[in-house]
Amino acid sequence: MSYQGLASLLPKKEIFGFLVLGLLLVLVLPLTLDIFRLNLIGKYLTYAFVAIGLVLCWGYGGILSLGQGVFFGLGGYLMAMFLKLEASDPITTKIQSTPGIPDFMDWNQITALPFFWKPFYSLPFTLAAIIVVPGIIAYVVGAAMFKRRVGGVYFAIITQAVAAILTILIIGQQGYTGGVNGMTDLRTLQGWDIRTDQAKYILYFFCVFMLFICLLVAQFIRKSKLGRLLVAMREKEDRVRFSGYDVSSFKIFVFCAAAVFAAIGGALFTLQVGFMSPTLVGIVPSIEMVIFCAVGGRMSIIGAVYGALLVNWSKSILSENFPELWLFALGGLFIAVVMAFPDGLAGLYTTYVAPRFKIWFAAIKNVGKTKLEVNAEQQNTHTKQREENQIATEKPKPMKVTITDIPQQNIPSITQGALHE
Amino acid sequence: MFAEYSTSDLISIFAMQGVAGLILFSVFVLMALGLAIIFGQMGVINMAHGEFMILGAYVTYLTSHLFSTYLPGFFSVYFILAMILAFIAAGALGALVEWAMIRHLYHRPLDTLLATWGLSLILQQTYRSVFGAREVGVTLPDWLMGSVKITETIELPINGLFVMCLALGISTAVGILMYRSRWGIQVRAVVQNRPMAGAVGINTARVDRITFALGCGIAGVAGSAFTMIGSTGPTSGQLYIVDTFLVVVFGGATSLLGTIASAFSISQAQSTMEFFMSGSMAKVLTLLFVVLILMVRPQGLFTLKVRR
Amino acid sequence: MKLSIFKGSDAHTHTFASTPKLFDWKVCLFALAASLAGSGVQAAEVNTTGLAVTATTVKVGILHSATGTMAISETGSIQAEKLAIEQINAMGGVLGRKIEFIQEDGASDWPTFAEKSKKLLVNDKVAAVFGCWTSASRKAVLPIFEQYNGMLYYPTFYEGLEQSKNVIYTGQEATQQIIAGIDWVTKTKGAKSFYLLGSDYIWPRTSNKIARKHIEKLGLKVVGEEYYPLGHTQFNSVINKIKLTKPDVIYGIVVGGSNVAFYKQLKAAGIDMTKEKPLLLTISVTEDEILGIGGENMQGAYASMKYFQSLPNANNKKFVADFKARWGKDVVIGDVTQAAYLGAWLWKAAVEKAGSFDVDKVRAASPGLELTTAPEGYVKIHPNHHLWSKTRIGHARPDGQYDVVFETKELIEPDPFPKGYQ
Repeated sequence: MSYQGLASLLPKKEIFGFLVLGLLLVLVLPLTLDIFRLNLIGKYLTYAFVAIGLVLCWGYGGILSLGQGVFFGLGGYLMAMFLKLEASDPITTKIQSTPGIPDFMDWNQITALPFFWKPFYSLPFTLAAIIVVPGIIAYVVGAAMFKRRVGGVYFAIITQAVAAILTILIIGQQGYTGGVNGMTDLRTLQGWDIRTDQAKYILYFFCVFMLFICLLVAQFIRKSKLGRLLVAMREKEDRVRFSGYDVSSFKIFVFCAAAVFAAIGGALFTLQVGFMSPTLVGIVPSIEMVIFCAVGGRMSIIGAVYGALLVNWSKSILSENFPELWLFALGGLFIAVVMAFPDGLAGLYTTYVAPRFKIWFAAIKNVGKTKLEVNAEQQNTHTKQREENQIATEKPKPMKVTITDIPQQNIPSITQGALHE
Repeated sequence: MFAEYSTSDLISIFAMQGVAGLILFSVFVLMALGLAIIFGQMGVINMAHGEFMILGAYVTYLTSHLFSTYLPGFFSVYFILAMILAFIAAGALGALVEWAMIRHLYHRPLDTLLATWGLSLILQQTYRSVFGAREVGVTLPDWLMGSVKITETIELPINGLFVMCLALGISTAVGILMYRSRWGIQVRAVVQNRPMAGAVGINTARVDRITFALGCGIAGVAGSAFTMIGSTGPTSGQLYIVDTFLVVVFGGATSLLGTIASAFSISQAQSTMEFFMSGSMAKVLTLLFVVLILMVRPQGLFTLKVRR
Repeated sequence: MKLSIFKGSDAHTHTFASTPKLFDWKVCLFALAASLAGSGVQAAEVNTTGLAVTATTVKVGILHSATGTMAISETGSIQAEKLAIEQINAMGGVLGRKIEFIQEDGASDWPTFAEKSKKLLVNDKVAAVFGCWTSASRKAVLPIFEQYNGMLYYPTFYEGLEQSKNVIYTGQEATQQIIAGIDWVTKTKGAKSFYLLGSDYIWPRTSNKIARKHIEKLGLKVVGEEYYPLGHTQFNSVINKIKLTKPDVIYGIVVGGSNVAFYKQLKAAGIDMTKEKPLLLTISVTEDEILGIGGENMQGAYASMKYFQSLPNANNKKFVADFKARWGKDVVIGDVTQAAYLGAWLWKAAVEKAGSFDVDKVRAASPGLELTTAPEGYVKIHPNHHLWSKTRIGHARPDGQYDVVFETKELIEPDPFPKGYQ
């Protein structure tokens, strides 16, 4: 990519956000947290993959999917199938009536590995499947719905039903899936023990690396013509359609992209946590993932990462300290975000923090030019800003993006449909 | 599978299976009616619908306690009073929620989903703090228990019949309210064209509040009735939410008749399949069937034609 | 490591044996640091692995769901464990140290259980954890307990097929609970045909598998086997099927919110359990569940488990009185609650026998350990880490309690990998 291409992909004011996030994830957190907490952060980051996908899909495309858990779960389960096969070699499972198959199959009187499990002995196949299978499912679901112009609330509820179906299937077909227990006790990846502290560090950094790849892909989609078309579609779908664009294929594409992001997150979840469970597939986790995205700011991909981190971190900390009361706080947070800060953390940043930065930078420039001209008032804002900035560095706020271009009350018009117009 | 049974056995089983389907149908109608009003008429996705139902169930529990302690002589009729109280309590909470939260979000229907999800978490924890994490058992008056023997082999559960009557009564009441009352005209006007409805002098904010409260109130009555057939615990409301939404969407959100038709088809499909295969598979197939039909006919079974 | 006490080399045992040395080395370092820090020579003697033990206190963990759908069931276990800890403290604690507990909320979510168990073991360095309820939550935390060598006291009756050196199973495994119950119902009630019904997950499925094998061994008939999704609330169709097949016994392993729906609808459909035609035998409904179902809906059913609140022995009378004094007169105590209560006492006994809080020593001291003060009577830890226990049959009364109508003469040997039942 040429320099100009790169510059348009990452404008100066946005590159700052990436840098701060990178610094935080690569340096600050690993240096300040012990491996237990860092592993938790790694787990939260896997949800950030879903949230990034939702920013594209919901924030930009106006398609709210309440079934992202399906794709997260698929990614996680596909990865878990590979790891489970590796953990079930004939020697470790020799007390079973059929050695060499996963333990839960043995408990369910399955005596031979089912055919669709066999390819998962191969790592390349597994990795390909993690991308392809959720992609295909998203394509089928998306094509069926978007071609028929299903959107908004209907789409949300149909995806919810898909999540319910998959959960019941996984739990019901326990001989093939491990049922409600999930696939537990995963140990090695190609002979490499994924449970040691050292492996946890490596997996964490790998997760951060993958996260940045996804962020860049998302940034590319956002900055390309496609991103602008998505926003246009969200605002007035019919006008885009009348301009000759095939609206449904854009929607299908972005839904598939979100699904693939979610699946990558799911696979990394399995690697870091060491098991996969149907509790991550159903409706509740799917809604929670939307909430991470909303807390971060539905138009900000970096905000999505902070959203996932913040919600999960507070969930962990609150439930450790107030086991009886933490749901109040969590519920309150969701309501507050929707009611008071509809643009989430990213919105807070643009409204409160970014302007201060501007004044501050301007002040520095002024100081550089003519020290004496700085009047008392400016100095006042200057020191104020410094305090503000100290707070900001303690918990860096995400960069804010295009939201200012869009009048708020228009955001959901596409979803309103017949109901309010 | 029927070869080994006598004809009279088969007839009675088919009869009872038909009734089972009708009971499930009534349960679905009761669950979905409140949501259909809110979601269909206002476009608000109320994820706390299940929690409003459980509020009704807890009100019933409290009433049964009060009666058994202070008015044991009138215990047999407490259930009727409990349902009225459940309606009032859930409706009042609904009005409060509408005032504090929902009315600020009418322009963002998808956001109501998140906010009401938060509300449902808070309500769940409130129930847990007030009533304890364990389920509570609601004692029912004797006349609601047991069954009516029609023939030697056909027995109909009384609580099922009660739910059926209740569903019929409430749907009729809502139907009359919607299509024969002044308020119903206003609601339908607001649904079809909000600015115009406002322009002709309808107080749309007031219509919204009453609609929301009514929907929640019906959820409360449903919850109260479900103490007869289901559990009452802080998280019991979650058991109903997916089915409820599916029924409403499948029916074509803006039509009450559609909701009833969809409740009928889903319940018949489910209860018939449950009879022939395992419950889990029946559930999956029912959901698949609904999703597939929705893909072909996304607007649901019945829709209201409106100008866009 | 005492692997010999385990039958063969169990999958999980093997895992631990193959854990890299890096960790052990770190543990040694911790221990060294702890002993050098001089938190008391006394503490170091009883604690060579860096657990959270001071000269006056020892930390343990309680890990249950206080929120979410499982909170309904797990609340009783939390109460029992807290009561046991308080009682032990009132008696002077363990090895002269007061027990402090750290309570974590698993939130009915298995990954959360895994996260919290790791926090308890790695950050808090608790000497033992009392917790988990569902099999799924136990499966989720098991690798963590094995990796960090923790000790879990697991209270629930469960499906068996597991045996870990890091878990003491204080509830019954499936064969203990099931076989005695089926034998009783065939001998005393002359049952010939069974309808197996359960929620759709591993415990009911495995239990029904064992039940079916046993029923077929006895030459009797299973006329139906059905599973419904967890949280299912409509049972009218299956009740019709039951009426059609006319079994002598409905063998019910429905759990959670479905339980309430099932029994209420069963009664409403005119199946009066007091007439015992068909008779209902369950292994999943304890006094705790009846609270939600309503005693009048459960009246006449039989349950097969190891403990009922109404057990007449002196230990139990004291336990019930203490429990009610601590948690209110209206609480009820189910099988699992009692098993959770045993956990802390068994741990105390093992620590005192070992003279140390070290997990390895506690484990080595556990097999053969006896508890004569158990509310259920006498229990003993089998080398396979399950408990020898009696199985009783309870007959449900309208007030939500069970009358004990039968009790096995001998303690039943736990057999988590039953030959011929797999």
